[in-house]
Amino acid sequence: MKTEGYASNEHYDEMFTPEGSVRNHYREFHNYLSKASSKKMNQLQFSANKTQKSMGMTFNVYHDNQGLEKILHLDIIPRIIPNSEWKKLESGLKQRIYALNLFLQDIYNEQKILKDKIVPSDLILGSKDYLKPCIGLTPPKGIWCHITGTDLVRDKNGEYYILEDNLRCPSGVSYMLESREIIKRAYPQLFNDEGVMPVSDYPTKLLRMLQYLSNKPKPVVGVLTPGIYNSAYFEHSYLALQMGVELVNGVDLIVRNKKAYMQTTKGLQQIDVIYRRIDDSFLDPLTFNPESMLGVAGIFDAYKADNVALANAPGTGVADDKAVYAYVPRIIKYYLDEDPILNNVPTYLCREDEDRKYVLDNIDELVVKETNAAGGYGMLIGPKSGKEDHDKFRQLIKSKPENYIAQPTLSLSTVPCLTDEGIVGRHVDLRPYILYGKEIEVIPGALTRVALKKGSLVVNSSQGGGSKDTWVLYN
Amino acid sequence: MLSRVASHIYWLGRYLERAENYARFIDVNFNLMQDLPMDMKEQWAPLVAATGDWDLYQKKNEGFERHQVMYFLTFDPDNPNSMLCSVTKARENARIIRENLSKETWEKVNELYYMLKEGFDKKVWKKEDPRAFFENVKNQILLLYGLADSTVARTEGWYFRQLGQLLERADKTSRILDVKYHILLPSTYEVGSPLDFLHWMALLKSVTGFNTYRRLYGNIDPSGVVEFMLLNKYFPRSIFYCLKEAERCLHCISGNTSDGFKNSAEKAIGEMRSRLEYSEIDDIISVGLHEYLDTIQIKINHISDQIDINYFRAKEVFVFEPASQSQSQS
Repeated sequence: MKTEGYASNEHYDEMFTPEGSVRNHYREFHNYLSKASSKKMNQLQFSANKTQKSMGMTFNVYHDNQGLEKILHLDIIPRIIPNSEWKKLESGLKQRIYALNLFLQDIYNEQKILKDKIVPSDLILGSKDYLKPCIGLTPPKGIWCHITGTDLVRDKNGEYYILEDNLRCPSGVSYMLESREIIKRAYPQLFNDEGVMPVSDYPTKLLRMLQYLSNKPKPVVGVLTPGIYNSAYFEHSYLALQMGVELVNGVDLIVRNKKAYMQTTKGLQQIDVIYRRIDDSFLDPLTFNPESMLGVAGIFDAYKADNVALANAPGTGVADDKAVYAYVPRIIKYYLDEDPILNNVPTYLCREDEDRKYVLDNIDELVVKETNAAGGYGMLIGPKSGKEDHDKFRQLIKSKPENYIAQPTLSLSTVPCLTDEGIVGRHVDLRPYILYGKEIEVIPGALTRVALKKGSLVVNSSQGGGSKDTWVLYN
Repeated sequence: MLSRVASHIYWLGRYLERAENYARFIDVNFNLMQDLPMDMKEQWAPLVAATGDWDLYQKKNEGFERHQVMYFLTFDPDNPNSMLCSVTKARENARIIRENLSKETWEKVNELYYMLKEGFDKKVWKKEDPRAFFENVKNQILLLYGLADSTVARTEGWYFRQLGQLLERADKTSRILDVKYHILLPSTYEVGSPLDFLHWMALLKSVTGFNTYRRLYGNIDPSGVVEFMLLNKYFPRSIFYCLKEAERCLHCISGNTSDGFKNSAEKAIGEMRSRLEYSEIDDIISVGLHEYLDTIQIKINHISDQIDINYFRAKEVFVFEPASQSQSQS
């Protein structure tokens, strides 16, 4: 298939240099692509779509019957990452997760980082995601963020930046796994020749990590789901199936004597480790949101009594805040005395005088976001909005500076995609998955999300995003 | 096994079997109608009567045209027992317990669902000859059974699905038999006529039992067919056979190795099975076949309720726990 005329000068392109030559790590794939007819490529795409449908690889969008299930489009041209690049990502992610875990342990216990005024106390203690019931608590084996799905993007120069940490219940890992199966079928020979690192042992690693959290020799593990109406239900059942553990709903569990039990056909069976895919606030109506119908009454007490492990630990959300994000480089420095290997997107904290002045003066070039503390979704994209909105946000920032941060508008890298118009560049991000058990492990692969609309930077699946298989090469 | 999961597996078994039987109903009736004498109108009303959804049908339709009945039994979203609804519910149940099914099983259930959706979009019920569609649906479900048979471990989950399938099959066989009661013959003289004979033959074919019957019983006569479908000990769609196997499933689930019963579900099914075992076909016919079949359907519902009470609802009994700890509970 022809890639002539494919131009991507404004952004970093994963396959081509600005001069239009093929990057080294894409050479083999490009070779394949240029020999394959467009009919062949479209056939491969067609059968990939079909497989996805019969696998039921769906996510839910609305609650009405018609729109219940959608399929996340999988583009068959892979995103390829050379090993040298991956090495850096891997060490940077390990460093970051390690520091964030120390941070969580600290702020719920000694609060040294707050006392040393590295991170403002009110930012943490005043956050709605700082869970008071977790104060003084150390989770099993001292691990808070067991499963992380960090979002990264690349700027014009190809530099990777951390966009979000996603320490709560990151989803999408099932797409990484299933997409790989489909893509392997599409290019059986090429796949062998390329030397792609495997991801298929993720469920095994996940299970081993979860079992590690219990001191029992054969702990009973379960995945807790909000149910089939949750957008990620496919993933919950997929992971339970792959690990060979029970998929439980809140109604399947009860707590007696500070122990958690599953209701089985033979009676009550104790459960030791729960990979919970429901939010902190819904976890236990007795401790958190009393309205919750999804959670399990008393589970937090069982957790506190060390009778059940929860992954991720309740309370990680506070480190996931947009304002806290800006402090992560300082958090790394504080605990590890190291410079961050992976950079943050430059972030201006409106709570700090100098930053605020810059934001107010340059608001037309910036993206302004509300922090989690404010609990809203308000956002201003400076270059795409008018003077009225700029003034409105200037006022908002002045009245409550601590509720806002600002970042420069990002340029995401592009990867060639197969569309009706032939092969064209579309913007992507990168979400690798990190497990924290006996040690920290970065899975050599990722979910690459694609903004399918021309020029769009929005990669979210609910807004016309798709995905790509991500190949991390051995070399 | 989680109680909730067991319940979903049981219903998955029931809904799949229901859909398969509806495909049989329609296929056979279609064949039968082709053999009718020229001056006789097609009869589709008996099919509706046999499914037990007569009132619902009457509310929605006037008359019993082929396409109306076929739509009602196959695709009508307002008919909770239509094939489309059964398959949708089977798929929902499968989706909820997907982690308990093999990947292939789920994929076949999913394909079945899309098969029905496609039939709906293509308006199959308006086709001159829709039999290929029903044949495909039936085959897809049989494929699922075969797949399960050769890949699913014989643990609790297997027995719950079998249980659902067998009870549903017993119920549907009773309904297929009942169709005959509702089919009108032009006059009483026709009893024992070639037309009557055709009806009985169609009945046997609908349960894929025609050849087996021939080999075991020879001549086709009403009491023979009824006995075959009701009481035969070896034919896998006879009501007795289904109940005997369902009873065995219940015993495997509870670990009951004796001949007696361990819980109310086993008691109910054991009672019914032994009653059938000692029944004589002439007695049944003298009581009235239709009435007898009605009682069977009621009893099957009762068994299903007992299964629900014993297995699908919460119980405060501890398993795998040291005795000292479970004592502190009571």
